[in-house]
Amino acid sequence: MLQTSCPVLSLTAVAENVFLLVLDAPEIAPLVRPGQFLNVRIDETSDPLLRRPFSVYRTEGNRLELLFNVVGRGTHALAEKRKGDRLDVLGPLGVPFTLDDPGFTTAVLVAGGLGVAPMPITTRELLLKGKAVRTFLGARNKGSLVTTHLVQVEIATDDGSEGLRGTVVDLLERAFASGVPARPKIFACGPHPMLKAVAAFAVRFDIPCEVSMEGPMGCGIGICQGCPVELTNPAKKYALMCKDGPTFDARTIRW
Amino acid sequence: MHAQSGGNLIRTSFRLGPVEFKNRVLVASGTFGYGDECVSAVDVNRLGGIVTKSLSLKPREGNPPPRIVETTGGMLNSIGLANIGVHRFVSEKLPFLRTVDTAVIANIAASTIEEYCAVLEILEGEEGIDAYEINVSCPNVREGGLNFGTSCPMTAEITKQLRGRTRRPLIIKLTPNVTHISEFARAVEDAGADAVSVMNTLIGMALDVRTRKPVLSTVTGGLSGPAVKPVALAKVYETARAVKIPVIGIGGITNGRDAIEFLLAGALAIQVGTANFVDPAAGIKVADEMKAYCAEQGIADMGSLVGALDARTGVSVLDSWL
Repeated sequence: MLQTSCPVLSLTAVAENVFLLVLDAPEIAPLVRPGQFLNVRIDETSDPLLRRPFSVYRTEGNRLELLFNVVGRGTHALAEKRKGDRLDVLGPLGVPFTLDDPGFTTAVLVAGGLGVAPMPITTRELLLKGKAVRTFLGARNKGSLVTTHLVQVEIATDDGSEGLRGTVVDLLERAFASGVPARPKIFACGPHPMLKAVAAFAVRFDIPCEVSMEGPMGCGIGICQGCPVELTNPAKKYALMCKDGPTFDARTIRW
Repeated sequence: MHAQSGGNLIRTSFRLGPVEFKNRVLVASGTFGYGDECVSAVDVNRLGGIVTKSLSLKPREGNPPPRIVETTGGMLNSIGLANIGVHRFVSEKLPFLRTVDTAVIANIAASTIEEYCAVLEILEGEEGIDAYEINVSCPNVREGGLNFGTSCPMTAEITKQLRGRTRRPLIIKLTPNVTHISEFARAVEDAGADAVSVMNTLIGMALDVRTRKPVLSTVTGGLSGPAVKPVALAKVYETARAVKIPVIGIGGITNGRDAIEFLLAGALAIQVGTANFVDPAAGIKVADEMKAYCAEQGIADMGSLVGALDARTGVSVLDSWL
């Protein structure tokens, strides 16, 4: 884990309320593993006080790319940043996806909304490892979709403006009904209800499944104990989303 | 310890009983883990001391989520004293803490007086602990969950019982959720405490207007961060004038200027808490900024600032505002 001050290289709107932030982070960028996140200090004042966690979208040399949407004070302030502004970044943080697992040959990436954020860096790594990749995206509508740097993409939207009208889990159901991919493993990221549904789907098809969870965090490094995730393990009731996650084997989570 | 700064030697150290602290900045309980988590980002040896996460007799899982919520200039927490328990602390964390070149203060939490005593007695058998800080802001299971720290007789009784069991410095961390914190400070002074930490978090609450539900799973939680600093400063001022034992100031300190304010109000030393969540190196930065202030002001001994406020006249509002 490093703490560095990173200049903003660019900030662009890539979809409806979705922004791509590119930072120059020569120390951190090469260390990032797929599924890890950064905890970003939005500014030096006390309001907003806490850092905000963001999955890493892509890295390219020294470039560190984050995807975010404006949901509150922190992300609103972040969207106001300009080229050359500096951000204090802690990272890389958290446990990455387990991509080395020899038990699967097809990675099934499932993302809801901004859950697409960790998928491009994950896709690149999976392809380098010689895995097949299929991608299932769910979004509110066509305008909020981000499909770049992904492969074999299938889409569901809530309003049917692109792809299947329905949820990403509906899309999965339909795809698997017409044939289960060879030795699959699911990697999912998105809102809690979606992850819960994907976890149940994985159990039903007896497919290994890792989820990347999102939720409020304080410090991002396991100190404040503010982000518990309830486990099924009777001996250990809670894990910390920031330090023990954000990626978890879906079967270990009490949904 | 003497530190070279601006061409002058500035004395930053202080003593509490037999313990020498190299500077006046400690990291507050629950904001720095057990001292080993932040090591890759922070040189802990530059801190005056580390106060451990509250230790209970048995491990505690803590409260269900959500446990934290950001508020304007601060945060509410309801962690529920999640910790690994005193036995695992001794076997897994203390060996590292014995290697650090800074004071180690074990913070103790419990739900009965007997449990406070039991935790302290286990730690008494161990090297590497310089002092104790007692968290009295815990529910007393014998009194229907009433907080120990809001009862003056209970707070004094805990102090008396622990005093009889240790010669190490005993610091009682007081809650501000009482009418007069100075009464509690006097009571623990009479019961044998060596110092008081002022203050623990203020009780606070946040609601989600869309769902009409409290944000925290426990409805209310403890407010900390810059938002509480003026309250903490007033509590330190009140307490320092009421007791002879030292006061350790805590509450919303994020920079050296904040820390100097607490010294002027009467704090012998200070603790940095919530700021560690934002910047794990906050304590070190505060210590550096305090030294820089002394260099700039030509102050040779930081101790000369303790209680040195000029309370006769107010500062020009215009100057401090603009």
